[in-house]
Amino acid sequence: MEIKIPEVGESVREALLAKWFKKSGDTVKRDEPLCEIETDKITLDLNADASGVLAISVTEGTTVAVGTTIGQIDESVAGVETPAVAVVEPEPPKAEKRADAPTSPSVRREMRENGISPDEVAGSGKEGRISLDDLFSRISEKTKMPPAAKTAPTAEVAVPIPVVLPSTPVVIAKPPEKFSVHTEEAPVYSAGRMERHPMSPLRKRIAERLVAARQQTAMLTTFNEADLTHVKSLRSKYREHFLQRHGMALGLMPFFVKAVIEALKEFPLVNASIDDYDIIHHHYYDIGVAIGGEKGLVVPVLRNADRLKLYEIDRAIADFSEKIKTNHLAIADLEGGTFSISNGGVYGSMLSTPILNPPQSAVLGMHAIQDRPVVRDDQIVIRPMMYLALSYDHRIIDGREAVNFLKKVKEYIDDPEELLLEG
Amino acid sequence: MSEQIFDLIVIGAGPGGYVAAIRARQLGMRVALVEKRATPGGVCLNEGCIPSKALLDSSELFSLARDKFPLHGIRIDPPQLDLAAMMLRKTDVVAKLTDGVTYLLKKNKVDLFQGDAVLKGPNPAGLHEVAVHLITADTTVLAAPRVLLATGSHAAGLPGIPCDGQLVVTACEALSFERVPDHLIVAGGGYIGLELGSVWRRLGAQVTVMEMLPQLLPSMDRQAADALYRSLRKQGIQFKLGTHISGVRRLEAAAIVQFDSGTGAEEIECDKLLVAIGRQPLTSGLGLEVLGIRLDERGRVVVDEDYQSSLHGIFAIGDLVPGPMLAHKASEEGVVCVERMAGKRAVVEYEYIPGICYTWPEAAAVGKTEEQLKQTGIPYRSGRFNFSALGRARCMDETEGFVKILAHAESDRVLGVHIVGPRASDLIAEAVTLLNFEGTARDIALTCHAHPTLSEALREAALDVRKEAIHV
Repeated sequence: MEIKIPEVGESVREALLAKWFKKSGDTVKRDEPLCEIETDKITLDLNADASGVLAISVTEGTTVAVGTTIGQIDESVAGVETPAVAVVEPEPPKAEKRADAPTSPSVRREMRENGISPDEVAGSGKEGRISLDDLFSRISEKTKMPPAAKTAPTAEVAVPIPVVLPSTPVVIAKPPEKFSVHTEEAPVYSAGRMERHPMSPLRKRIAERLVAARQQTAMLTTFNEADLTHVKSLRSKYREHFLQRHGMALGLMPFFVKAVIEALKEFPLVNASIDDYDIIHHHYYDIGVAIGGEKGLVVPVLRNADRLKLYEIDRAIADFSEKIKTNHLAIADLEGGTFSISNGGVYGSMLSTPILNPPQSAVLGMHAIQDRPVVRDDQIVIRPMMYLALSYDHRIIDGREAVNFLKKVKEYIDDPEELLLEG
Repeated sequence: MSEQIFDLIVIGAGPGGYVAAIRARQLGMRVALVEKRATPGGVCLNEGCIPSKALLDSSELFSLARDKFPLHGIRIDPPQLDLAAMMLRKTDVVAKLTDGVTYLLKKNKVDLFQGDAVLKGPNPAGLHEVAVHLITADTTVLAAPRVLLATGSHAAGLPGIPCDGQLVVTACEALSFERVPDHLIVAGGGYIGLELGSVWRRLGAQVTVMEMLPQLLPSMDRQAADALYRSLRKQGIQFKLGTHISGVRRLEAAAIVQFDSGTGAEEIECDKLLVAIGRQPLTSGLGLEVLGIRLDERGRVVVDEDYQSSLHGIFAIGDLVPGPMLAHKASEEGVVCVERMAGKRAVVEYEYIPGICYTWPEAAAVGKTEEQLKQTGIPYRSGRFNFSALGRARCMDETEGFVKILAHAESDRVLGVHIVGPRASDLIAEAVTLLNFEGTARDIALTCHAHPTLSEALREAALDVRKEAIHV
């Protein structure tokens, strides 16, 4: 059976084969993850469609077109009960097992972490002893680092771009900063003063879209602030109830999704988009919720969010987070969307201007909740406050509309009872 | 009833549990630690390793002052024992160290709950619930995807002879006698029995060790065990090997111990009988039976290589699982267990765990014994060096014992090191490091050792593997 890069979405034509979890010759079981592929939108695992012995034809780190065959599974040897997962777990140590080259405890640990067996490494020490340097140079060989990363080429030193992105060309368990251990500063595995890595397709796509959003829209931001007193007390009051009935405490996000939808109903242009010189009105509310993943921010979409109950919204968001973690997010989860919400508050942001996600016309930015003095009934009182930011496309939404929309969202959050009675 | 949610609940704050809890915090988990005692540290800190070493050190000084000072040309009046003060110092040492652990737990933001823990099984959300009956008589419920059992062990009893804490006692009480017993009988010739027997012998008690097996410390290298046996007998400890204790008769403040050394029933009078025949995993009251967690025939929790029990999400380490019942083994397992939870490929390298008997001379070992090598047919060479030939040992007047190194006959890889002698507990560290680095006897021999130190004995023993020792 051939292993092919599957169709993952309408606009995706190529993918980066980021990492093979198995080696050629390994026995694989049906539904076992074989490799990780990265497209310009998401990262996902490719599972085996059959059991058998794997033969890899495209090495990791290669960018291939959708539909390309990247390997074979020989099913004729399926069912053979060989625990062929050679990569994992070198058997619980037995002194006799490692009769050959002596190793130090730290070298043994790194070998296990990197799935390398002692006979793969040529030891440079006395009697073939494997040093950490030997091991790390073997690992860098395995992961095929681009040469630029190893030495700092003099010509490029002047380029003032501090390219230190979380995504490396090949997704490996160990970040490449680990390589040089020639220094005596004990466990610091730091490389030179600069490193250069090509952008991953996902990061490239993010970069292009962000610049496009800035250049092709008339983006403007308006601010307001919300008083979370009532939302907080509702949440703590029904926390137990929700935990018992739905297995999770009620989050903050569902309130904002609800508030946004109610406000969108009153200001339909905020839910609209521009196509050429036409304005498209959406009679549905697909709300994108920005979630930070390991490889960048993704914005999965809650379909028909107006029909979801609070706990359903909460659960849907939790499901998305889980999918992102396990590389199971589908392109379909990201497409469409009529309005987005981004919560910089989870990282502690006090105030920021969110950026549009075209062709959407507006995005709401949530921020950290902070106890602040505010005036209520001529008294200075302490309230849990949050700044709200609405970035909008001024081409289609007027200032008055944007401000009023945001005021409406604020009112719903200040007084969630109204929201609950309506929703 | 409120439920507090964590990433990991550790039950038992002994050397396994508290170390695991701190490591888990370092790895970013939210950790609850449940301990039934008022102080953390478990048996090790409260009534084991630490208080016994405090008494061993105090009693050693006492016996030095009494027996050895004249040899060094120091004349003093015979030293007087103030047992209460000695005990107070011991208590103080324990208090300082348990305070230290409390501080560490606080510093690392481990949530400590004092009370008895009972596993309640998974809740609807799939988290394991643990009910903690707090010291305040309240009950609180904790929940986490993972629970680590580190409840340790308790002293095993002699069949038909229950401990009463007065005449028949366990190690815990034997660390706090109010006066020196006239005659202390120790049932069990293991580490604990020999250490506590030594304490009371040095302080003046008549001590008789009764061991069921025909030899002491059966898992120790025979030459080492024999050397230790001779030393202890020279100090006046009496031994009855191959002896079965059948019963105890009470006679006012004394006990008549009935035993059989293979020559028929005998009786002997004593005022304390210390039962130190071994330890049993402490699993009762945790609710393991209800959840169907599998135990082996010796009551230990059956775990896989992740230290996970037969019930997903429930883990166990230390004295609860097979392997030597040692504090440092439990700590190792604690660290490795939580590191594996965090996806790291940590393992405990059991063959490199040292074992130490803190008598005087001390006995320390790492790796294989000569008997094990013979049994498995591994070709080996043995090198040995006696402390009596070592300058520093002479200066200290501590000339008993030796260092013995067992190395592979072909590769020269060191397979086992056995030390009986002064500060063997500290000397063994070099050997443990060397074994971990998979070094050879030649590696030790090529390493310069400072003169005059006890560590030179290791080098000479290493040279002796190839019969190239300089000072023999």
